[in-house]
Amino acid sequence: MLETMGKVEEIIALNDNDKERLIQILLELQKEFRWLSREVLERVGKKLDVPINHIYSLVTFYSHFSLVPKGRHVMSVCVGTACHVRGAERLLDSVASAVKCKPGCTTSDEKFSLDTVNCLGACALGPVMVADGEYMSNPTPDEISRKVESCE
Amino acid sequence: MSDTVTFTIDGKEVSADKGTSLLMAARSLGIDIPTLCHHDELADFGACRLCIVEIDKGGWKKIVTSCLYPVEDGLSVETESEKVIRHRRTILELLRARWSEMPRELIEKYQVPEDRMETESTFCVMCGLCVRHCSERKGANVLGFVGRGTERQVVAHEEPALKYCRDCAAENGMECLAVCPTGVVVNDFALSPPHMTPKGTKARPVRARDNENQEEVNKLIGD
Amino acid sequence: MSEVAIRINTPEELESLRDKVISARDPDATVVSVCTGPGCLAYKSHLVAENIEAELEKHGLADKVRVSRTGCHGFCERGPSVVILPRQTCYLRVKPEDAEEIVKTTLVEGGVVERLLYEGSDGVKIELEQEIPFYKHQDKVVFGVNKYIDPMQMDDYLAGGGYRALAKALTKMTPKEVTEEVTKSGLRGRGGAGFPTGRKWDATSRVEADQRYVIVNADEGDPGAYMDRGILEGNPHSVIEGLMIAGYAVGSTEGYIYVRQEYPLAIDHVLYAIDVLRGMGLLGENILGSGFDFDIKVHKGAGAFVSGESSALMSAIEGRVGEPRPKYIRTSVSGLRGKPSSLNNVETMANVPLIIDRGADWYAAMGTEGSKGTKIFSLVGKVLNTGLVEVPMGTTLKQIVFDIGGGMRGGKKFKGVQTGGPSGGVIPEAQLDLPVDFDQLASAGSMMGSGGMIIMDEDTCMVDVARYFLDFLADESCGKCVPCREGIRQLVVVLKRITAGEGREGDIALVEDIAEMMKDSALCGLGQSAPNPVLSTLKYFRDEYIAHIEEERCPAGVCKPLIAYWIDPDKCIGCQKCAKECPVDAISGEKKEPHTIDMEKCTKCDTCFRVCPTKVQAVTKITRAEAEKLGAPRQVEEAGA
Ligand SMILES: Cc1cc2nc3c(=O)[nH]c(=O)nc-3n(C[C@H](O)[C@H](O)[C@H](O)COP(=O)(O)O)c2cc1C
Ligand code: SF4
Ligand code: FES
Ligand code: FES
Ligand code: FES
Repeated sequence: MLETMGKVEEIIALNDNDKERLIQILLELQKEFRWLSREVLERVGKKLDVPINHIYSLVTFYSHFSLVPKGRHVMSVCVGTACHVRGAERLLDSVASAVKCKPGCTTSDEKFSLDTVNCLGACALGPVMVADGEYMSNPTPDEISRKVESCE
Repeated sequence: MSDTVTFTIDGKEVSADKGTSLLMAARSLGIDIPTLCHHDELADFGACRLCIVEIDKGGWKKIVTSCLYPVEDGLSVETESEKVIRHRRTILELLRARWSEMPRELIEKYQVPEDRMETESTFCVMCGLCVRHCSERKGANVLGFVGRGTERQVVAHEEPALKYCRDCAAENGMECLAVCPTGVVVNDFALSPPHMTPKGTKARPVRARDNENQEEVNKLIGD
Repeated sequence: MSEVAIRINTPEELESLRDKVISARDPDATVVSVCTGPGCLAYKSHLVAENIEAELEKHGLADKVRVSRTGCHGFCERGPSVVILPRQTCYLRVKPEDAEEIVKTTLVEGGVVERLLYEGSDGVKIELEQEIPFYKHQDKVVFGVNKYIDPMQMDDYLAGGGYRALAKALTKMTPKEVTEEVTKSGLRGRGGAGFPTGRKWDATSRVEADQRYVIVNADEGDPGAYMDRGILEGNPHSVIEGLMIAGYAVGSTEGYIYVRQEYPLAIDHVLYAIDVLRGMGLLGENILGSGFDFDIKVHKGAGAFVSGESSALMSAIEGRVGEPRPKYIRTSVSGLRGKPSSLNNVETMANVPLIIDRGADWYAAMGTEGSKGTKIFSLVGKVLNTGLVEVPMGTTLKQIVFDIGGGMRGGKKFKGVQTGGPSGGVIPEAQLDLPVDFDQLASAGSMMGSGGMIIMDEDTCMVDVARYFLDFLADESCGKCVPCREGIRQLVVVLKRITAGEGREGDIALVEDIAEMMKDSALCGLGQSAPNPVLSTLKYFRDEYIAHIEEERCPAGVCKPLIAYWIDPDKCIGCQKCAKECPVDAISGEKKEPHTIDMEKCTKCDTCFRVCPTKVQAVTKITRAEAEKLGAPRQVEEAGA
């Protein structure tokens, strides 16, 4: 806990205690902890003098923030238009069965999170997913299981 | 440059100070425009769009919200043009799907159709009056929005609630209840144990006063 | 790395640096341009580059041949793309293990690796990039330089004339002249509405203020569009130079680049470029000795489509919720921190240096009466050649889809093209001759948007497409105003009902009432344009809606509650493929005997339909009525859930 708060203070300080950089700070915290706990958010609020209701409006507004712990490996499946017309739904189904978790959820061992995103910016290759940082274009169920198995 | 402008509302000529909203100018003439999210003492919000009027700016016609649109020289404003009425009716129809006890006079005046839309009455019309009142005038920041899109909600945050709500209730009887147009905001959080919503916020949605929590609420607001 | 670390204080010093960079390079030297854009990276092009470097080392060519890791070349479908410069030999679908052969055959022996060349449907191979049909019909004014530029090499941008336009603007033109030049060029914003850029700058510069802001919109929220990423990631300096010129024109000393956090490489490249520029004194005080001070900050977006709207974006930069402001005041008057602010899209900015460098007349000679220059489109969906394409405004849809895109995949029939993202619409086959520009697209009931073109074939249900977009918007709307939040909610209910075969009489009228109200009364552009996908599909594909509502039939065979899968016993050869693949074991039958599907078990996942051999095609989609005749249970899907 102490360590966590130390990190929070550090990130806020690196951003010059600047209220305007609130979203940037939260992005860094999200990256650091893979989620934003209530304690972390309260600390940010106190430190920057932003009321808690504003902070929650903000973190629940942007899709990138998570208020529950995310898995160590994030599978993001694009459901953007270009991918949608090329079978994103099918890809989503196979990934869901490979990681054994529903879209938008995290496995109970916090190993995997399965997210849907609206565009990954690689639309020509649809359907696209990013598996643990790696872009994959229309992977076969086999490729997906291999990737999933390679995750620690 | 003078500080007043002259224009017409429903054919009547008016002068008003620069910066006045069309809504205020209309009211000063006794013209009634329905509003929901506007409050004279709270920041502009522009969310309900009930107050729409049609303006004509040198032949260029446009629908605007009167609570926000500032008066302009030479403008011609119609508060009940055919289009305004038509759109207002649809807006009311949408609102009614969320607010089953919408006042009859509105329904009758605008002949709001029934049964065309799927109803899911939560009573909160997301006018944000309570949120603004709690932040702007009380500085308590108990109430806030969470989420976006059709999932947007008003919630109460526990920490500031424990700090402020009892006193606010004791002094004036929960002021947020008084500003709520649907009259059913319930901030029963202060009485109940903390609670996690699916998104993990330790805050709870405001919800309609119903048979189950009626008593709790009464206790809370000291009825 | 030859990154310049010297300070550049005058335009003359800039030119002499440029001369030095250019003369240090042999124009005939071979450069291997390896695309490391988003598409090619997905196919491991970084390994391709590494392996080529290793092979060059082996052959002792490391100091003669340079490997350049560039941004997107355009033809992402066939990536990884490798172009050997200056000869322009283009290799496609290159695998890391192809490096050895490429180096040996092409770079050592001067030959061509035939198997990596483009091969048309006629079987003819094409060596040179500019002769490949996908590229041949393009006019890559903005995007063409990508393959010459390593975004992490300032030298590459300088060698191509980088920052010459900035120097010209700062030292030979007044801010007003810069704005006038841009106005004269006819440049219109590439971010959506097509607002004249010069006019926006002019308005911003006219407002009295102690500070003004210029901002680049790199939020690129339209799903299916990625040209801004292609530019920013591949050629960040072009956007930065445009932003600096904009800053000078409107009288601003502080610029912002708002990039979605989903584009980490673009962010890295931009931050790196800014660092280099600061080191050279090209950002900071008294740039090029002109007295112009300017610096740039980068702000990351945390994922919200609506934050791409101008007032919302400015709120987000201020650290607040990125929802649109309801005020009737333009951001050019009161924007970021209440100061006059000018927001432009990435592609708009990338056009600016070209206009200043080559002149408004040159620019205005391209395009149509009302829309000048070129436009980059993200050509995606069911078309054969997908990728980023740049064509002059006024090019017809047919040219884009068929000449460049190579027509439809799998021999399917073209049905429509969706442009303009969630705010746009679908344009049907009958309008394929439409010359694409801002006004023509708008009059066809769609819009340019940021330039996504999603090609749809006969297997696409247009009611489902409308439902898809409304579903997207239900989540992406900020949810503040009633017309948008509640209007979308009800539109989704109705569209779900229709796609479930539960459509009612009066549904189309209800949709139209809500849509019309939203157009006029919603708070921001998102809500005002949210009904467009429904209205445009209703306009061109009304009979599809009617088929769903009145006949409970989905003509394209997409809407699951309205279709069933059935095996034609006369066609089935009993190969058992489908029975093996069916995830719920709904298919039974003996080997070499016709199979049957248990419709009660079937989840309509489409697997059997896809695995049934093309020559056999025994698996058939039938209508709900037909299925019921065959005894299938009626599937009641919760409409609106
Ligand atoms: C809901 C919504 C989302 C938008 N998203 C973007 C975006 O992602 N990128 C963009 O450049 N413009 C976007 N725009 C348009 C911007 O508001 C603005 O018009 C544009 O960035 C101005 O730049 P331009 O004049 O160079 O086109 C969006 C508009 C709306 C209403
Ligand atoms: S609870 Fe009442 S006052 Fe608060 S936003 Fe909802 S309707 Fe408005
Ligand atoms: S739509 Fe899927 S990557 Fe863009
Ligand atoms: S009163 Fe004007 S928008 Fe609500
Ligand atoms: S990403 Fe390589 S060609 Fe587009």
